[in-house]
Amino acid sequence: MAAETALPASAGASAPSPFRQLWASFSENKGAVGGLVVLTLIALVALFAEIIAPHSPLEQFRHAVKAPPVWEEGGSWTFILGTDGLGRDMLSRLIYGARVSLFIGLTVMCVSFVLGVVLGLTSAFSSTLVDTLISRCMDLLMAVPGLVLAILIVAVLGPSLTNTIVAVTVVFLPRYVRLVRASAMAELGKEYVVAAKVVGVGKLRLMFRTVLPNCLAPLIVQSALGVSEAILEAAALGFLGLGAQPPVPEWGAMLADAREFIRSNPWIVTLPGLAILVTVVSINLMGDGLRDALDPKMQRS
Amino acid sequence: MLLFFLKRLALTVPTFFALMFLTFVAIRLVPGDPVEVRVGERGISPERLAQFRAELGLDQPVWKQFADYVWALLHGDFGTSIVTNEKVLTEFFTLFPATIELAIAAMLFAILIGVPAGTIAAVKRGSWYDQTLMGLSVTGFSMPIFWWGLLLIMLVAERWGLTPVSGRVDLIKYFYEAKTGFMLIDSVLSGQKGAFGDAVHHLILPMIVLGTVPLATISRMTRSSMLEVLSEDYVRTARAKGLSPFRVIGLHALRNALIPVVTVIGLSVGSMMAGAVLTETIFSWPGVGKWLIESIGRRDYPALQGGVMLISAIIILVNLAVDVLYGVINPRIRHGR
Repeated sequence: MAAETALPASAGASAPSPFRQLWASFSENKGAVGGLVVLTLIALVALFAEIIAPHSPLEQFRHAVKAPPVWEEGGSWTFILGTDGLGRDMLSRLIYGARVSLFIGLTVMCVSFVLGVVLGLTSAFSSTLVDTLISRCMDLLMAVPGLVLAILIVAVLGPSLTNTIVAVTVVFLPRYVRLVRASAMAELGKEYVVAAKVVGVGKLRLMFRTVLPNCLAPLIVQSALGVSEAILEAAALGFLGLGAQPPVPEWGAMLADAREFIRSNPWIVTLPGLAILVTVVSINLMGDGLRDALDPKMQRS
Repeated sequence: MLLFFLKRLALTVPTFFALMFLTFVAIRLVPGDPVEVRVGERGISPERLAQFRAELGLDQPVWKQFADYVWALLHGDFGTSIVTNEKVLTEFFTLFPATIELAIAAMLFAILIGVPAGTIAAVKRGSWYDQTLMGLSVTGFSMPIFWWGLLLIMLVAERWGLTPVSGRVDLIKYFYEAKTGFMLIDSVLSGQKGAFGDAVHHLILPMIVLGTVPLATISRMTRSSMLEVLSEDYVRTARAKGLSPFRVIGLHALRNALIPVVTVIGLSVGSMMAGAVLTETIFSWPGVGKWLIESIGRRDYPALQGGVMLISAIIILVNLAVDVLYGVINPRIRHGR
């Protein structure tokens, strides 16, 4: 922490050095770099889905329903990974699915990050009353098991992609708020904060410019790992039929009615789950590396 | 000690009230009319409709409905299912043993494999075993368990025919009477030959699926906490005394290494319940998780409301118990705050 205290994120001047330091310790971790590479690939695929995907994810090829992937008997290069129960190209659906999943993960992360920072800092800087109010609300949200809370929210709002994002954000928000609050509280007693107060720095400036940069390290790690958790949670909702609705090519939703193909067409079951697993593993590996690089003492909870 | 307990207990009271508020508001916000769902498509006369509304208390002002709701909850009345007309509490506790049985089995599976696996990894730090285990742990931690369940059904149950696909026991072969609700106990009590074995067979896959994430967490946690403990002075002393490595690691180190692991186990009760929802849905396991999902499909809001309430209440109480237990074990926590 000491090194960061000296440099509260001042852009310009000798800016590259903290990043270079971070990269140096990050790149020592082979798993983390591997995760980053795979994740970058997935992100690129998601970004250029239109160019890469051989077919539209929604087009139903009636003549080729449940076509097997290319390495199996009867497979063809037209549908490299085969087609699903409605004759839609699996590869194209998986490619567009990457877009959906990453979109969900990143949106949830950004919204929870911003709300978490605002609520957490407010909580740390406010009177006991406001602090208690926010903390109790977060306690409450944490008392209900994540998926059950998400299910309740989706049941109320109705299943859709947007509501999935809302539900998953509500589920993960308390972690961000608590984390920001706890780290801000720890900073509050330190001398540089007292000094800033004495100099007469305004409250908002104190919150966001003085204290926040010093709380960022754990928050960044939480955000990275939060993306993977959000993707998993959203996929679970999709699987239960409470997330993205058909025909959206969401990986979890693709598995929702995969059960009937277990005997006959295993690739319809295997591929979407594999996509989720690979994405989540690579984000987690990257997050682990980031955590070790930012603060070796920090432990995964 | 008593004071510590009472303090912690008092802290849960506002949470409970907020929880009631949350479930109440949530259900109010639901689009669609529960009465219409109950009546069905054909429709009935306006008088009967009004009567239904009065029965369900839906003709009262909202604040009155909330007060009635809280009052009823405090008297142990968690509402009546609109679909089955059963008390939600009765339905819940009929199904709950199935969920507990699954959760306990999964936890035991995770602990019995995770603790030794993590310990060995710590002792053989850096070996191929350690690296493989940590790789598997990240994979397990990242596992979409609904897919994992489908995959296991596909391979183990369908292709290799080693286990049944779903359910808790073969109801065609074995008569099943729920004396305790725990299939492993009931099947023994029934006295039928092979019933217990069949129940175990049914339990294996769901247990593995629900136990995978805790297994990954526990083995990882055991490893890191073991690594820390192994560098402690008392471990060196024990070694210097000439104790066998097995005694040093198994007795002296493991006991202390397990403290954070117990914390993780205590904290994972909530995620076990969430995992149970998915696991039960995949394996048609007749527990509260599957019931909760089904009640959404049937728009059975009292069941959903009561179910969320009960599950959360149980988790709050378990967390309280864990908290108090730490206070008993570790005086620093008790006197800290």
